[in-house]
Amino acid sequence: MDVQIWTYIIVGLSFALYISIALWTRANSTKEFYVAGGGVSPLANGMATAADWMSAASFISMAGIISFAGYDGSVYLMGWTGGYVLLALLLAPYLRKFGKFTVPDFIGERYYSNVARTVAVICALFVSFTYVAGQMRGVGIVFSRFLEVDINTGVIIGMFIVLFYAVLGGMKGITYTQVAQYVILIFAYMVPAIFISIQLTGNPVPQLGFGGTLAAEPGVYLLDKLDGLNRELGFTEYTDGSKALIDVFAITFALMIGTAGLPHVIVRFFTVPKVRDARSSAGYALLFIAILYTTAPAIAAFARTNLIQTVSNQPYAAMPEWFKKWETTQLIKFEDKNTDGLIQYVADKDKNELKIDNDIMVLANPEIAKLPNWVIALVAAGGLAAALSTAAGLLLVISAAISHDLLKKQLMPKITEKQELLAARSASVFAVVIAGYFGINPPGFVAAVVALAFGLAAASFFPAIILGIFYKRMNKEGAVAGMVGGLLLMIYYMLAFKFNAFGETTPKDWWLGISPEGFGTVAMFANFFISIVISAFTPPPPVRVQHLTESIRYPKGAKAASGHH
Amino acid sequence: MKTSEETEHLRQYWRRNLRILAVLLGIWLLVSCFLSIFFVKELNAYRLGGFKLGFWFAQQGSIYIFLALIVIYVRQMNKLDKEFDVDEK
Repeated sequence: MDVQIWTYIIVGLSFALYISIALWTRANSTKEFYVAGGGVSPLANGMATAADWMSAASFISMAGIISFAGYDGSVYLMGWTGGYVLLALLLAPYLRKFGKFTVPDFIGERYYSNVARTVAVICALFVSFTYVAGQMRGVGIVFSRFLEVDINTGVIIGMFIVLFYAVLGGMKGITYTQVAQYVILIFAYMVPAIFISIQLTGNPVPQLGFGGTLAAEPGVYLLDKLDGLNRELGFTEYTDGSKALIDVFAITFALMIGTAGLPHVIVRFFTVPKVRDARSSAGYALLFIAILYTTAPAIAAFARTNLIQTVSNQPYAAMPEWFKKWETTQLIKFEDKNTDGLIQYVADKDKNELKIDNDIMVLANPEIAKLPNWVIALVAAGGLAAALSTAAGLLLVISAAISHDLLKKQLMPKITEKQELLAARSASVFAVVIAGYFGINPPGFVAAVVALAFGLAAASFFPAIILGIFYKRMNKEGAVAGMVGGLLLMIYYMLAFKFNAFGETTPKDWWLGISPEGFGTVAMFANFFISIVISAFTPPPPVRVQHLTESIRYPKGAKAASGHH
Repeated sequence: MKTSEETEHLRQYWRRNLRILAVLLGIWLLVSCFLSIFFVKELNAYRLGGFKLGFWFAQQGSIYIFLALIVIYVRQMNKLDKEFDVDEK
């Protein structure tokens, strides 16, 4: 059977599965809608968090980026896993004990202020919308490549699917759908990785094959071979970075802290029954994420070795079928500058004849390794699962921020549970439409901003939550000033150095040599500093709040998450 | 209101909790910041099979260690909760 039919079958089956789960687990109360009723097992929550967390970028782009960046790609690996240590140790158990529905809810209660709550809502919307726009675009791209429909049609199909299970099922529907999506995406990621590892190194475990010797050249380690190939072509050695260490550090930490500050990840810890479960579900989440994240660098190294050996100095006429096929999508471009009919792939820009998009590495992998057609279809289904699960999680944060934190808690406190549920559903419809709009008309900066969404999360939420738990004296004045200050500083730096809004800039102009992607680390420290200084000069929080802060430190007496007190 | 004895008991629990956090986060910082970033060149002089050591920490080792840290944390805290009788029944 050809790839097309296989793709329709496998993608169709996976969508049917998501929709049946949504029908079966639809939410009937706000508690089910916001926190899945609070009865999710830590294992299921770990899987759902992993799927929620791993987006189209993790699935499709990350291995490709690492493949070209080598050591420098480590920032994503460490950044996006190290954040879970912070989540497990510093946030999850305390937020679970606190037991509310949303992150702005915590900020609003802990800082006894609707101003703080509103600032948190704005931060949550800002982070979630920038992030979700990228996901919807990802859905469109995967559809257009594998189902050969228009990108816009792809986005619209994706919108309907997400709409269906996010609106109907709320957090409850999303959670169990995400469990299914995790299983599909990890299977789709691992199958080609295992095959390629066997072909290249004879070891079925990609994590080990990565450090093993080549099947074709016994005694030669894969990474040494790759370093050598890179060196010959004028690139930096694969295992050696070309970024400044200070910037590697800043980016890694911005990603870690951003991960721990992303509202759609934090909110998952409200869905488990006990404080103990919140701790262990962060562990399960990282375990499930680590399976993909330790495989990605292996795929990256395999793909780069394969690529160089297949194309470098080879006649263009002899290129395999996948090369020609991806040329038609413009993701591979060959221009024979010296008209010798051979492909020169070198670091020198003037002599290089080949341009390759990062995304090829995962998407074309099965074809490069000559795997059967059903594996290619499976990768399509996996990419869609990754994009849809993340989009759904973000939409829920947006709808909860609007219906719970703006309407119920501020504008219309008298609305009934039923009305709030209706508002939550309407808000998610509204959010899907906006996300779809950005998916169809992506503002040029979407791709750039997705990475920066982490910087924004790091600059705004993280310090407010940490101080709210660990510093009893922390008051509302400090927290609000810190969040606003951190966010503004981050936005200023992005505008100035990423979008050149105040005149052209070069990396030489960066403060301390830190790139806009890494600046979240600096903005976070600024937030901590502003918060602590301002709170020292303003009155301490009320005694009631001090008791609240104290009580979240002890697991005993944790009640199920609730919107009331 | 809690008696002062109870307060002292809880304060001790919190102090022990913070100590566990300090140790685990110290390892977290050491692995990610120093072994994988600032001393990567020095460590790359050593090897772990086909991997240069610093590179291995950055792309594989750090992730395994992060996972181990959470597992240890969960175990330690469950024990501590029981010891201080603040666990959920």
